[in-house]
This record gives sequence, C-alpha cells and structure tokens, in this order.
Amino acid sequence: MNEPVRPRPLTRAPLSARSDRTFQGLILALASVIVLVFVLSVYQLGRESWPALREFGLSFYTERTWNPVSGQFGAAQMLIGTLVTSLAALVLSVPLAVASALFVAEYAPKWLANPVGYLIELLAAVPSVVYGLWALFVIAPILGRWQQGFFADPANVALYTRCQDLWNSGQTTLQCFFVPSAFDGRGLALAIIILTVMILPYTASVARDVIRLVPADQREAMYALGATKWEVISRAILPYARAGILGGVILALGRALGETLAVAMVIGDSQEIIKSLWGGASTMASVIANQFGDAQERLHRSSVVALGLGLFFLSVAVNFLARVVIARLTPKGIQ
Amino acid sequence: MTAQSTPLSGRPRPRLSAARRLRNLLMGVLIALSTVVVVAPLLLIFFYLLREGLGAMNLEFFTRTPAPEGETGGGLLNAILGSLQMLAMASVLGVGVGVAGGIFLAEYPRHPLMPTVRMLSDVLAGIPAIVMGLVAYGLIVLQFGFSGLAGAVALGFLMIPIVVRTTEEVLKLVPVTVREAGLSLGLPQWLVILRIVLPAAAGGIITGVMLALARVAGEAAPLLFTAFGNPLVNLDPTKPMSALPLEIYRGATSAYDENQRLAKAGALLLILIIFATSLLARRASRRR
Amino acid sequence: MSTPLLSAQNVSIYYGDKQAVRDVNLTVQRGTVNALIGPSGCGKTTFLRAINRMHDLTPGARVTGRIVLDGEDVYGPGVDPVTMRRRVGMVFQKPNPFPTMSVFDNVVSGLKLAGVRDRARLMDVAERSLRGAALWDEVKDRLKTPATGLSGGQQQRLCIARALAVEPELLLMDEPTSALDPASTARIEDLMTGLKQVTTILIVTHNMHQAARVSDTTSFFLNGDLVEHGATDQVFTSPRDERTEAYVTGRFG
Repeated sequence: MNEPVRPRPLTRAPLSARSDRTFQGLILALASVIVLVFVLSVYQLGRESWPALREFGLSFYTERTWNPVSGQFGAAQMLIGTLVTSLAALVLSVPLAVASALFVAEYAPKWLANPVGYLIELLAAVPSVVYGLWALFVIAPILGRWQQGFFADPANVALYTRCQDLWNSGQTTLQCFFVPSAFDGRGLALAIIILTVMILPYTASVARDVIRLVPADQREAMYALGATKWEVISRAILPYARAGILGGVILALGRALGETLAVAMVIGDSQEIIKSLWGGASTMASVIANQFGDAQERLHRSSVVALGLGLFFLSVAVNFLARVVIARLTPKGIQ
Repeated sequence: MTAQSTPLSGRPRPRLSAARRLRNLLMGVLIALSTVVVVAPLLLIFFYLLREGLGAMNLEFFTRTPAPEGETGGGLLNAILGSLQMLAMASVLGVGVGVAGGIFLAEYPRHPLMPTVRMLSDVLAGIPAIVMGLVAYGLIVLQFGFSGLAGAVALGFLMIPIVVRTTEEVLKLVPVTVREAGLSLGLPQWLVILRIVLPAAAGGIITGVMLALARVAGEAAPLLFTAFGNPLVNLDPTKPMSALPLEIYRGATSAYDENQRLAKAGALLLILIIFATSLLARRASRRR
Repeated sequence: MSTPLLSAQNVSIYYGDKQAVRDVNLTVQRGTVNALIGPSGCGKTTFLRAINRMHDLTPGARVTGRIVLDGEDVYGPGVDPVTMRRRVGMVFQKPNPFPTMSVFDNVVSGLKLAGVRDRARLMDVAERSLRGAALWDEVKDRLKTPATGLSGGQQQRLCIARALAVEPELLLMDEPTSALDPASTARIEDLMTGLKQVTTILIVTHNMHQAARVSDTTSFFLNGDLVEHGATDQVFTSPRDERTEAYVTGRFG
C-alpha cells in the first residue's frame, strides 16, 4: 500500500492560526478608528459646547433669543427653522419622489427607465454648494420678480403695511404669513424649494429599490382580480412597499436636517421669529456655516458648536428612527 | 362543452367603469409629469452652468489663481490643486479605515465588537458634513491652525462609512465556499481574505471608493473651518488650502461679477468631474 | 493491516443546542475510497467537515470525541487548525475555483499563497496535479487563462487538482459531482480509483450508485447516527441493519 508522504515545511511564512490573530488585531485596530471617530466627535462637540450649555443649561435649545451683541444665545429659533424647512421639503418631495419611483419601476419601458434612473442618481451627486449657486442665481430672481409684482398693486402695499406693524410687534397672522417681506427672492420659501429638490433623489431611489422588490405575485394577484394598473399600485404595491419607502423618507429627513450650504446661501440668515414664508430665517446648520468663522466671543463660538451638538444627536435619533420603522413596518415574512 | 357556453353567455359581462378607467389614466399622467418635475432640475442646473460657466473655462481658468477682488481674469488653479491634494489625503484615511472596517464586518461577524462597529458606522453615515467640520476643527485646527490636512481629515471621516458599507456588501457577495476552499488548502484566514476574497471583490470596492470620492469632492461645509481656503497655490498640507467647492461658495456669495463668473465655471468643472466619476463607478459595477 | 489513517472515536457534533451527529466511530485505511451515504440532513457532510476543522468557523458549532489523523488528535491541545487543514484536502459540492486567478494560479494557490516562489517547482506541481485530476491535456495550452472560463466539469477537476497540489494525506469530497452533468460525473468517478495511488479519499454522496461504483467501504448515516459501516459490497448486498437495507434498496430517502 502506498504511504502518503508526511508534509514537509512548505513555506517560509509563519502560516498558523497565530498569524491570523495578528491580522485580526490589525483589522480590529483599523476598524476601531470608526468607534474612535464617534467618541472623539461626541467629546469634541461636548467639550466645546460646554461653556454655552453651562451658561444656559438645556434651555439653550428652548430659548428663542439669539443675540451675539448682548451675549444671549438660545437655539429654539434655529431648531424651528430646521424642522420647518426639513418637514416642508419632505411633504413636498415625497409625493413627487414616490411618483417618479413608480414611473421608473412600473411604467417606463427599459430604454427610458434606465436613463431616468441614471439622472436621478446624478441629482443625488450634485454638491450642495452647486444647488445653492443655482438657487441664488436662477430661482431667487424669479421669486424676486414675483415679489416685486406683488407690490405693484396698491392694495397689496396696504396689506404689507398692516402686516409689517404686526411683524414689528413680533406677531403674524395666516394671511400675513404669506405676504412677502423681502424683494430679492431669498428667504424661507427658497430654502424649502431648494431642499425639496435636493432630497428628492434620496427618497426616489430608495422608493424605486423598494418597489422593485415587491414580489411579482403581489402584482399578479391584484391584476387577476381585474384591477387597473393604478389599483394594483395603490392597493398592492404601495401598501407592500410602505415600510421601505417610509425608511427612505426618514433617511431623506436626516439629509435635510443637516443640509448646510445650499440653505445657508439662500435662507437669509435671520435669527428672528419666523413671521413670513418669504422672510429670512435660519437653520442650525446654516447658522454654523454663517457664524462659526466670525464668532470671536467664546460664548458665541461655544453656542454655535452647541448647535452642532444638537444636530449631531438629531441625526443619530433620526437614524435610529429609520431602523425602528423599517424593522416594525416590514410586512411579515420578508427578510 | 357547447352545453356550458349557454349559461355563461347569459351573464352580464363585467365592465371597467368609466370612473376607474379615468382615474387609472389620470394617475398615469400625474406620475409621468412628476417624474419630469423630479428630473428637470438636473437638466436646468447642468445647462445653466454650461451656458454661464463654459465661456470662463479657458486656459487661464486652469493655470491662474483668482484675481484680487475688483480685478478681472484669474482662475481656480489654487482650488483645483487643493481639492486634489485633500482628496488624496482623505482617501488614505477613508480607504484604509473603510476597507478594514468592511473586512471586519464581513469576515469577523462573530467578534463581540462587530455590532458596535456596524451601528456606529451607520450613525456616522448620517452625521451632517458641517458637524464633521466642527469635529475636525476641534481636533486639529485648535492646536495647529487651519490646514489642508485638517480639511482632509474631515473629508476622510465622511468617506469612512461609505467605504465601509460598500466593502462589506461586496465582500458578502463572494461565496462562502471560495473562502472554505482557501482554508481547506491550509491557508490561514488572513491570506484567504487578502489574496483570494479581496481580489474577487476589488471591482466593487473600487466602485465604492469612487462614489465616496465623488460625494466628498463636492463638500464645502466641512472645509469652511478646516482647510479654510487660500487665494494662492499651496502644496503644503499644514497650511490653509483652497478647494473647488470652497471657491464656488465664496464666489457665489461674493458681490463681484468676476468672482461669480469663476464660481460658475468652478461649479461646471466640479459637477463634470463628479458626474464622470459617478458614471464610471456605475459602469465598473455593472460590468461585474 | 497497518494502523488506520483516520479514526473517529465517539464523535458528536452540535450546532448550538441541536445535536447533528451522535457518537460516530469510524476508521479509514490508507489508500482507499470511503463513501458516506444517507438522506439529506443525516449528518454526513457535518461529519466530513469536522475532519478538517471547518466547523471552527461556524458560529455555535462544537465537536466532541476524538478524531485522530495518522496518530495525531485533530482537536488536540496545541494543534493548529491551519496546519491541520494543510494535511487534509477538500473538494466541495459546487466547483469553486478562485475567481480572479488563472488556471495555473488556482492549482498552485495552496503553495504560492503560502510563499513558495520557485517557478520550476510550481510548474512541476501544477502539471503533476493536473495530470492527477485528468485535466492536463485539456488545459495545458491555457494555463494562464481565467479559471472561470472552464466548463463546470473542468472547474471541478481543477478544484481536485488544487487540492492534490498540497499533497494531502486525506482528500475529503463533499458530493463533488452533485452539480455536474453525467459525463463529467463519470470522468470524476474514473479519476477516484487512480487517486488511491496518491491519497486516501472520504467522499460524501447522495448517489448510492456512485458509492457502489467507486468506494471500498461505505458508511450509512441516518439522523445523525452512523447506522452501518463496512465494505461496500457487504453494505449494498447484505446490510446488517434493516434501515440500511431500506435505504440502499431505495425504499426511503
């Protein structure tokens, strides 16, 4: 019988489970940088916002006055600005995004679906600052022309005068909220418009992926009942894809909350109470961009970083919300 | 057979009501129109920049630095070189840590730290870029002043979670049996990962890195308080450095026509680079 | 007869709380082909993978008892699983050539990746292994082409050559022909008889006829138990256990 040869040392390298432990240690060390970045972020933001948080306490996030001159800093106005712009952009963009996803996934023939899908992905790749530039140079003048047209009517000027009195006393009415308070197109409305455009591709591409994953038998079962295409979409596809789309919507919300330069360039950087849709406002991110560089005062600077800390935790919260929603709402039996 | 057709033919034929038919048509039209609205901004932006920026993209644009305020001419050489340097440095951080993180998540799923790393990587992916700028400011600028390196660190932090995710995903596409074949040859796991699994996933990882680069190449917010900007060409990473998105931001918010003109040309160049990178990355991933 | 190459003593294997293999005792003699048969889920593949410590990488998997390869306890203290796997080759259900490597690089990957640089020796090993796997004549002119360009049957023989190249004492084959067409299956079955000259084979197969054709001994697994183990002729013609008889005559499974 043939005796197989015992192995002789074939190699120079120390090939054993021990070398595996070394490699795993190296990979772990590098992967730990991820943990480190997170910890350092919390530490840095916490340390730098400490003076402001010590001075104002947690009421920093609920107090409305932001006045670098008097050294009064409260972030409520920016928090509201952030939420208002983001949620409004979300409300405007979701129907459009879902519709475009349906178009790509359900309606368009392949020769059209692919290029449209491409374009939507490219939209997501356009930098914030380029959106800002376009909004400033193209959309703002259009809105500005409309605003100037508004004041061409004497009745509107009278309305404006009445509203201005209200605004000066820190109040507004529903009617006055829609009266322009600026003439150059910049302000809250423009910020919402550009944010809407910016988050559209995120929701659209998530929604498209989710819709494509809806099993064919769900569609076919509905068609077999004699449903029209729209009935199949509204009763079979959308209910099935609901969780995934909502997850995408929440991720888009996360984007919108932290979107900085495009908003900072067009929102008009006002830290006063929002009184008109057309007036200036600010978001947490826009204030960081517009004021951190100029903030010489220690308390001012620290307050700006505290905005960043708030934004940090807001993003973390939104991220967790998205996971919970996706986990909870996913139809049973889907992996 | 014929006997059965008689009762059937007597039944009323189901008809699609006019209302259902109309609603179906109407929703189809609305959906198509919405898609036009979604895609239109891209085309509008692109053709606007082409019209406004192409003229300014001359030789001077690529070889000169911005003219002093109020004067005409000049280019964005400082910004182009600054962006290239910072992206190269950011890649070292983003790719090194990102690929290692992806390997960790895909190849060591039983490690007790795995869930933590996965979760924090996801969390980092959602942190706004401007906040990362504040972090890099606190970490580096407070001690060493504004520098290209500080900007690169901020950009690198932003790249990490993107590279981690794509690396993990493509590594998981490599069949388990390929790993087992390597191990059954008596190769240690690290050799199997480095020499067999990683090469098999290389295309996908490169795609991920390119997408991450395209994403951070357009970021100006995290550079505002880190790289800060520099009107001159700077090749020293410890000094303030300019970048294309920074010049676009400064130019677009400047009152001078000349600066605005440069900003538009810069924006055109930036989105051309980003679109080319994105399309290349997509094509690379398609081919696999 | 000399001491067995492999002996399993009271081997049990668990996945978490679930016991997949119960108290298996088995010996394998040098230079033989040994078949493990049984219905799916009976534990035969699980047992096979315990021999080269593949379960080390499966979360929650645990092996008890002793597996002794040529006098050395595979799970003994201080035994390095990597070194142990070097002595045991494995061929898998589906052909799994390394996707980015050429035919040549695949065959010698076990040596080359472990640091062998000597071109002449690698070439020599490649030719010998490919001849051993009856693939040499088909690929000798395309050694530098990607391995994924070969047909399924060729890929599986390439995987056999790759396993042979590290000169294993024992070659484990996990249903190596289940993904192949009948012609490729026949070629691999022919091959096994010749391979007895250089190594010892332990093969898991679904296909009873394959076991009857190629193996010297046959072990029948059922629900994690080794029901019967003996010379192939005996197991197929006069099984001692009625469950074995039921299985080999096709009455269940």
